[in-house]
Amino acid sequence: MSSTLVCGSIASRWALADLASSAGAQRWHLALHRVFDSDLWWSFRRSPVTVGAAVISLVMVAAALLAGWIAPHDPFDPASLNLLDATNPPAWLPGGSWRFPLGTDDQGRDILSAILYGSRLSLGIGFAAVLLAMALGVTLGLIAGWRGGLVDTIIMRIADVKLSFPAILIALLIDGVARAMVPHDAQTEIASLVVIAAIVLSSWVQYARTVRASAMVERDKEYIQAARMIGVRPVRIVVGHLLPNAIGPVLVVATINLALAILTEATLSFLGVGLPPTQPSLGTLIRNGNDYLLSGDWWISIFPGVALAVLILSINLLGDWLRDALNPKLR
Amino acid sequence: MLIFLARRLFQAVLVMLAVAFIAFALFNYVGDPIDSMVGQDTSLADRQQLRQELGLNDSFVVQFARFVGHAARGEFGLSYQQQRPVAQIILERMPATLELSFVSAALALALGVPMGIYTGLHRGSWLSQGLLGLSLVGVSLPTFLIGILLILVFSVDLKWLPSFGRGSVVHFGWWTSGLVTRDGWRAIIMPSVTLALFQMTLIMRLVRAEMIEVLRTDYIKFARARGLTNRAINFGHALKNTLVPVITVAGLQLGSIIAFAIITETVFQWPGMGLMFIQAVSSVDIPVMAAYLMLVGFFFVIINLVVDLLYHVIDPRLRIDREQVGIG
Amino acid sequence: MTGPVLRVENLRVQLPNRRGILTAIDNVSFAIEPGEVLGIVGESGAGKSLTGAAIIGLLEPPLRVAGGRISLAGRRIDNLPDGAMRRIRGREISAIFQDPLTSLNPLYTVGRQLVETIRTHLDLPPAAARERALSLLREVGIAGGDQRIDHYPHQFSGGMRQRIVIALAIAANPRLIIADEPTTALDVSIQAQIIALLKRLSRDHGTAIMLITHDMGVIAETAHRVAVMYAGRIVEIGKVREIVGNPRHPYTRGLMGSIPRIGGARGRLRQVEGAMPRLNEIPPGCPFNPRCPEAFDGCRQRRPELMPTGSGSAACWLYDKSAASMAAVADG
Repeated sequence: MSSTLVCGSIASRWALADLASSAGAQRWHLALHRVFDSDLWWSFRRSPVTVGAAVISLVMVAAALLAGWIAPHDPFDPASLNLLDATNPPAWLPGGSWRFPLGTDDQGRDILSAILYGSRLSLGIGFAAVLLAMALGVTLGLIAGWRGGLVDTIIMRIADVKLSFPAILIALLIDGVARAMVPHDAQTEIASLVVIAAIVLSSWVQYARTVRASAMVERDKEYIQAARMIGVRPVRIVVGHLLPNAIGPVLVVATINLALAILTEATLSFLGVGLPPTQPSLGTLIRNGNDYLLSGDWWISIFPGVALAVLILSINLLGDWLRDALNPKLR
Repeated sequence: MLIFLARRLFQAVLVMLAVAFIAFALFNYVGDPIDSMVGQDTSLADRQQLRQELGLNDSFVVQFARFVGHAARGEFGLSYQQQRPVAQIILERMPATLELSFVSAALALALGVPMGIYTGLHRGSWLSQGLLGLSLVGVSLPTFLIGILLILVFSVDLKWLPSFGRGSVVHFGWWTSGLVTRDGWRAIIMPSVTLALFQMTLIMRLVRAEMIEVLRTDYIKFARARGLTNRAINFGHALKNTLVPVITVAGLQLGSIIAFAIITETVFQWPGMGLMFIQAVSSVDIPVMAAYLMLVGFFFVIINLVVDLLYHVIDPRLRIDREQVGIG
Repeated sequence: MTGPVLRVENLRVQLPNRRGILTAIDNVSFAIEPGEVLGIVGESGAGKSLTGAAIIGLLEPPLRVAGGRISLAGRRIDNLPDGAMRRIRGREISAIFQDPLTSLNPLYTVGRQLVETIRTHLDLPPAAARERALSLLREVGIAGGDQRIDHYPHQFSGGMRQRIVIALAIAANPRLIIADEPTTALDVSIQAQIIALLKRLSRDHGTAIMLITHDMGVIAETAHRVAVMYAGRIVEIGKVREIVGNPRHPYTRGLMGSIPRIGGARGRLRQVEGAMPRLNEIPPGCPFNPRCPEAFDGCRQRRPELMPTGSGSAACWLYDKSAASMAAVADG
């Protein structure tokens, strides 16, 4: 009789665990469905500004990805450069030609192509930084929210201290440290990695805080306590239940942070401590062109500047819309 | 109240020590201080002797203590680049940054707060929508791009304003001020506008969001039910409740102005601490970097402390004289 | 003054949203006499608070009054411009809300908030206004007014804060007070005190009170008449004693049956099956019919209006003689 009891309890335990896990899968399903629910889509279609922003972002991303194919020139192939072409103004001004629609820089590089390649680099670094920061921040946030206690306090204290220092400063610091520790010749190669690391370390806190707040709310709910009681493994609970609930706010943070990441990278490059001139991002291009501003060759820095501004602006618009759309209070 | 003050001071000291620790680690372990100070062909024996003289062979704790002691007295060692005391360089550059920061902060507040109030009160008006749109642009444009555009328009095209430097400055003791000369004012306009723009839009959005939240509260609803005039509600009640948390956040924003000054000073070649820091990062001038870090850390800690205290003073709910009175 | 203080006729409040137009209050009519306490009772979401908000002109857009009229002492007020309505608020109609902790501005002293309200409506110099504030505090039962008047809201307990709220509401001696769940957030013992205060004020000043609550016990204590609301409509209205002692509408019966009584028969508490329908799911005919134990065919087809039941009125086909007899024939 006792064996039947034991068997019964094991069976029900498995059944419950199964239920909790399939409920977990369902939660993911529901979470994704919630995002693409008609309410969100409706508010998206209703706002022409947002649709415009989305279109522009997509166009720029596509153009950047296809840079290799659609750029009229390869600005980084020294063999194809001709100094005689240097500092041509844009095509619609006297002295310009349609061979270089937006003009050329001091080395004869085509600005349009440089923008395309530069965008690719800027976007690439931005995305990488956001993904890594999200991974780091979400993980730490989940740990802090789930465990609570000392682990939570430590993580949050670090986060608090870090938050009071602006991202630029931290990014600069990390960059400076890397610069000091890495021998000079290797610097250009790992420059992009350093920039990504700098942005990640200065932006993970947003994700951690958001996720932690959401995790703490969910953690105390009854179905989570039930799952714990019947012995569902913590990892499963955290990933299957706590995580989907936090996805919405995290996505909002991620979108806004993408714009910030691109901006930070551009700023670092402009200041000379980001990407080197051999792998120019939009920021580096602007830096290059800055020297020629006073002599009247404005297009070298202004066009990349406009591209950068448009990119950041459209991503910000998307982020704003996303935040309003997912905010239960404003519905 | 005193307990609270003591506790915050203690926390502040802890944070400062943490910052000092990082600065110290930077100072001593990133790169070799000896290598940066002597030439390539100094003999090994000479280097060893130098290490001994500089106390680089002492234990970690001793070195750290020495570092903190020096820092407290304002000695940060010699700049690798310029071979002069870092403290001297900092003193030279500080007035420029501080003046720029204050003018920008004043500008950001003077414009940001009223705009925020207006857009919070008149949510649907076309002016509000316009301002909000512009604010989004302000948040999206990188600071350096704004600076470049301003230079393009006002220095290159119109030739009205200088594109770099501080203009003529006047010495008051160790302080140099550009605010007393006409030249200085012309020079500070573009940098301060550049620096203020980001802050201004942030403050405007903050004030607006807070105002909207406050206008949704029960006490505002009750004030309306009592028939108070719109003016009394908006400017008597809503405004005061909005500004209280805004003051604290705005105070914290002041800290980020100091950081963004780095960018602005670079664009305009403004001879402040930010430019000094960038140059130090480029040339790996560790002592200067460490000193800047400590200084900025100090500023932030002070600002945080003041803001906390201010909040306690302003909000009557947090004051000590709380008496819960008897029976309902 | 003759005639009712407040007359509401065929009030309709609607909420347009992207899926269409929802009707939150549907054809509600009632009147309040001077000095009378009318209770409005019902579940959460029945539209009680919205009715109060509509009367005082504080509906939040996109909610709006879409039909009917509201008259104060014979004068129509639902179509007044903002400025005129504002002058009525606080002066002739006041409202108090549920949560005393959040109804007062935490950054201003109680005295300042009182004086401000007094001077908005009555043309008094500051000193006289302060005197009146002190006397108001005395009237609502707050001792030591001379010192307390300069204290901040957080220095008072919940019950005292609600008294201050009431003091603010009667500052200009209004004809009607709309009290929206005034005791729900308070301890039971404090509830009794606040109710007693409201009753006394009503008697002393002749103020009519529209008492909105979900607590039938409070109504039984305080009100002269009561209106029961369901899904945005009044389903029964009449004198309190009659409704409480002998409820006619099946919903009211369900409500009364679910109240535990001390000393009564000890059986299971009756509960009403199901839940009140959401605004976009109101069934055709009588909105209560899915849950009604006495529903018949007619209930699902046509919506009943208020019909006399002897002591009051109820919106129920059971009380329509012709329909009842038809039902009897149908059920055989």
